[in-house]
Amino acid sequence: MTLPFAIIAVLTIASAVAAMTLRDLVHCALSLTVTFAGLAAFYLQLDAQFVGFAQILVYIGAVAILIVFAVLLTRGSEPPLRSIFSSGWTVGVGIAVVVFGVLSRMILSSRLAEPREIPPTPEATVLQIGDQLMSRYVLPLEVVGVLLTAALIGAVIIALREKEALKP
Amino acid sequence: MTPLSQYLLVSALLFTIGLAGALTRRNAIMVLIGIELMLNAANLNFIAFWRYGPNPQALTGIMFVIFSIGVAAAEAAVGLALIISIYRHYQTANVDDITSMKG
Repeated sequence: MTLPFAIIAVLTIASAVAAMTLRDLVHCALSLTVTFAGLAAFYLQLDAQFVGFAQILVYIGAVAILIVFAVLLTRGSEPPLRSIFSSGWTVGVGIAVVVFGVLSRMILSSRLAEPREIPPTPEATVLQIGDQLMSRYVLPLEVVGVLLTAALIGAVIIALREKEALKP
Repeated sequence: MTPLSQYLLVSALLFTIGLAGALTRRNAIMVLIGIELMLNAANLNFIAFWRYGPNPQALTGIMFVIFSIGVAAAEAAVGLALIISIYRHYQTANVDDITSMKG
């Protein structure tokens, strides 16, 4: 384990735990931003520069802002009167611990845990990614475009006021 | 360089934190944040396997993550619109209080 990996891992995990346990929803959204930034640093460390910057643009730039807007629109920024955890929280934590136990056991016992030689640094330039997107992956690209358009229109229609619909 | 299994362990831990948050938090926005964390853990796995796989020149992992980020953005937009709509209807975003479909 190298030192940069350890620093990024600790920062990411700690901010993810903070995002899930803090009381104030705005603080949760801000810690979530740190988690997303840590993941972007992981991508940069793994030589996936384009994905790292796309992560910063999409998650920190758009999703985190969207979450803050939703928090402010639903009066979630007021401190809750009751507990922040739902009634059956012990079962949820138990399920999560069991899932982590199974996953970590599988990872550590598999052949992936053995040290092996790492392939040389691949060239994943924006030119190559754009070339692939326009040739081999052009159909998924079009489908994602249609999906984003449909999601945009759907989100606007869902969030519209429903007073008109209630009138006979 | 860091071995692959440590990236996988960090990703498993992130997934677990997101799962625990989605299952235990009372506010619907926090449930959505937990789901986003789980999606991000999966993306980290894709990139790690791409980098340590036998043929990273094929760019398959990167392509999958780019499309996954696009789908996750659409999911976040629709999910938050649903939460705002539910809040307008019930005046609460608390998943324990929205029980009108409970038998």
